[in-house]
This record gives sequence, C-alpha cells and structure tokens, in this order.
Amino acid sequence: MLNDYNDVLQKLCHHLKQLAGSEVEITPQTDLINELAIDSVKLLNLIMEIEDEFDISVPINALADVQTVHELANLIHRIKSQKQ
Amino acid sequence: MSLLDKLDAVAAARKALLPEGVEVFGTPIEEVYSSTEARIGDQRILFLGTNNYLGLTFAQECRDAAQEAIRSEGTGTTGSRMANGSYSGHRALEREFAEFYQCRSCIVFTTGYQANLATISGLAGPGDIVLIDGDSHASIYDGCRLSGAEIIRFRHNDAADLEKRLRRLGKRSRSTLIIAEGIYSMLGDRAPLANIVKVKDAYNSTLLLDEAHSLGVLGETGQGLVEETGLLDRVDFITGTFSKSLGGIGGYCVSNHPQLDQLRYVSRPYIFTASPTPATIASTRAALRLLREGVELRRQLWRNVHQLYSQLKELGYRLGPEPSPVIATILETPQQALALWKGLLEHGIYVNLVLPPATPEGNSLVRCSVSAVHTTEQMNHVGKTFAKLRETIFQ
Ligand SMILES: Cc1ncc(COP(=O)(O)O)c(C=O)c1O
Repeated sequence: MLNDYNDVLQKLCHHLKQLAGSEVEITPQTDLINELAIDSVKLLNLIMEIEDEFDISVPINALADVQTVHELANLIHRIKSQKQ
Repeated sequence: MSLLDKLDAVAAARKALLPEGVEVFGTPIEEVYSSTEARIGDQRILFLGTNNYLGLTFAQECRDAAQEAIRSEGTGTTGSRMANGSYSGHRALEREFAEFYQCRSCIVFTTGYQANLATISGLAGPGDIVLIDGDSHASIYDGCRLSGAEIIRFRHNDAADLEKRLRRLGKRSRSTLIIAEGIYSMLGDRAPLANIVKVKDAYNSTLLLDEAHSLGVLGETGQGLVEETGLLDRVDFITGTFSKSLGGIGGYCVSNHPQLDQLRYVSRPYIFTASPTPATIASTRAALRLLREGVELRRQLWRNVHQLYSQLKELGYRLGPEPSPVIATILETPQQALALWKGLLEHGIYVNLVLPPATPEGNSLVRCSVSAVHTTEQMNHVGKTFAKLRETIFQ
C-alpha cells in the first residue's frame, strides 16, 4: 500500500513540476494554490491528466478538501485502490 | 483571512492586472440608440460585443408586444411559477417552444442561467454523474454543483476523450448526464454533436445540449446545432436562453422525455424565484416568431460573420477555429488584449475583453460578436480599425 502511495506521489510531482516549473521544490506539504500558484483552471486540467495517467475517474467535487500535494496524492491513491 | 479580506485580495489582483481609471468590466452605457449603437461617456459607439445576433432588441413587433403586456398585465408577476406566477403567456410560450422543437414539453425559466441550474440539478442528484465539456459555461458548472452529482470533465470538443471517460465509469455510465454546448461562447466553436450522440447512445447515457449561442443562429428555422446537424431526435434535453438571439431575458428547456415536467416540483431554481415579467414573455413570443421566420436575418448574420472572420484572419489575428457569430481574437498577454480593446473603443467600437481565468487555456481574448443588423458600413469600419490597430498591438 505504502509503495503504491509513493508511486502516486512521485507521478503527481512529475505533473506538478511541469505546471509550476522544475526549479520549484515540491514536498507533500506544499500548498497547491498558494505555493505553486496553480489556479483553479490549471488544477482542473491537471485532474484530467491524472485521470488518464492512472485510468481512474476523479470527481472534481472531491477537490474542495484538497489543499496540499499530500492531500491530492491521497485522494488519487484512495480512488485507485477502490478500483482494484 | 477574514470574510472581507478575501474580497480585498480580489480587488488587489484586479488592480494589478488593469490600470487605474479604465472601466473594462461593467462599462457604463449611458444611452442606447439601437441594436447596434449607444453612447459611452460622451462617445457614440458601435456595439460589437453583444449577443444580439438577430438584432431583435429593437424589433417593433417585440417592443409593441412588451408595451401591450405591461398595459394589460402589469409590470411583474410577483411570484413563482409554482404559486401565482404562471400566467397564460408563460404557458403559451412553453407550448410555442415545444411546437418549435416538435417536442413533447417545454419549461420556461426566469433566466438562461437558471434554466441550466434548474435542469441539471433537477435531472442529476447525489450518486449520479455529470460529464461535462471542460470549457462549459459557468451556469453549467454551478448547476452541476447544485445537483450534488459527481462532476467529471472531458477535454473540450473531444468525443474520443468523452468515450474514454464513459468507459471508465462502467455501469455508472447509465446514470450519467453528458453536457455540451451548441456554440461555445468563448471561441465560437461548435460541439462535434454527431460523435457525441454516437458515444452517448453506446453507453446509454443522457445528453443535455445548451443552445444558448446557437438558437436563431444555426439551422434553417434557427433551432440551433440540433437542426444544422439533423440530430434533434437524438438529444435528450435542450436548454437555451432568451437573452441572446431573442433579445429578452429568460430561459427554456425542451424535451421529449415526459419526466421533464417533474422538474416543476423538484427543481429549486424553478420554484424559488419569481417568474418572468409579462413584458418579457410577450416580447419573447414575438421574437420567437421572428426568429423562426428569420431566414433572411440568418443569411445577413452569416454574411457579416464571414466578412469579419476572413478579414481578421488575413490581417494575421489569431482566431477561434471556425467562423461563427462569436469571433474571438486570441492574444498572448492580458496587456495586448487590453491595448486592442482600448484601441477599438477609441475608434468607437465596443467589444468584450475576457481575461484568464475565465478563458480557455489561459489566453486573453478580445471577443467580438456579430449581428444580422450590422450594416456593411459598420462592418467596413470594424475591418479598417482592426487593420489600423494591428501595427500598434503587435509591434
Ligand atoms: C452557454 C451559456 N449558457 C447559459 C447562459 C446564461 O444565459 P443568461 O445570460 O440568459 O442567463 C449563457 C450566457 O451568459 C451562456 O453563454
């Protein structure tokens, strides 16, 4: 399970770096909107990429509870595990 | 951050983007002379950013009908459709819309925004899924939120992407409402309706099409994209607005599904708001007649569209992917867009400036919209002005 989560986190960080620039340091605690300046539209588009990467459906309603990289990784991980 | 601090932050962000003293949003219009001309400050301007596609706001029949309705039925209904606000005019307009679309029923709403809120939240609920185009209008997003259904987006105008997302949903595709628009309001592109319909049939989903910008514009009688593509029977629900080609305010939903009528009992944006005024209903009924017969208006509209689209293209402006009454010039920076917007206004042409995040892909748009009643002279003035401004904007 933990391996799975780490895999999600790593892939997510890869996507985030493409959005925020590779020089930005990203940790699980990084705030998506305030620190990475990912606005709501960019976040929504990121979700589509994540859906394709992991072959899952991520309802955007769930984003209301997501602020940090960890919270987003956790959400993806949870949906992914439910599928299997 | 406190309640009000949040709004101060919004104000600061806007100030950083736009120079002091420029009223880009909510520009005060002092006087309106016609469907295409008005006064801003002490300057006479040409409207090139309205949604008045057929120019019906000043049609004599519509104005007369509205005046007569005020005289005979008063200024407002002061009540919901559910209570004291369903006059004979509201019901007649519903019958006329149903007949226009050869559909079983129609519900009229107080605005187009509410038509989407009411229809989406009435159809979908918790446990259901709404699968919406990524570039959907705010009223669609808000309707989805109000519904409590799970919201999933597909890539703009990409039926293959829609299919992929439906496939992922497995059996749940049966309780999925797909939502697309006839013509998209930002770039003026049409939905690939034939492919969307094919996919929705294959997955037993339900399709809602918002014809807000295509009503009166597409199809022989102006039904919209459903008529242009011959797919009226394959779309489950159609919503639209009276505030664009019909020159009034209000909205509608038509469908062959008998369940549509139940929305009158469950849909909050239908129940908990006052019904449209008698004047609005009367002018809309007159406008719908003109719209249906408006073959010549549509011909003139499209003549103007093709003229402006090809002129701007030749001048090297980056435009939306296809000619449509919404002609958006796509600029790389908000500053460029603002300069073009201001330049046009200085030459007496008033258009819409649309800045991120309201725009697709973070671009800035100077969004023109063309009307059937723009004269050749007016269109020529517009073309010349864009040519003149090109040098200064892109130097
Ligand atoms: C696609 C779309 N749907 C719905 C609406 C809402 O219509 P109205 O302005 O009449 O409330 C609009 C217009 O703003 C729109 O562009």
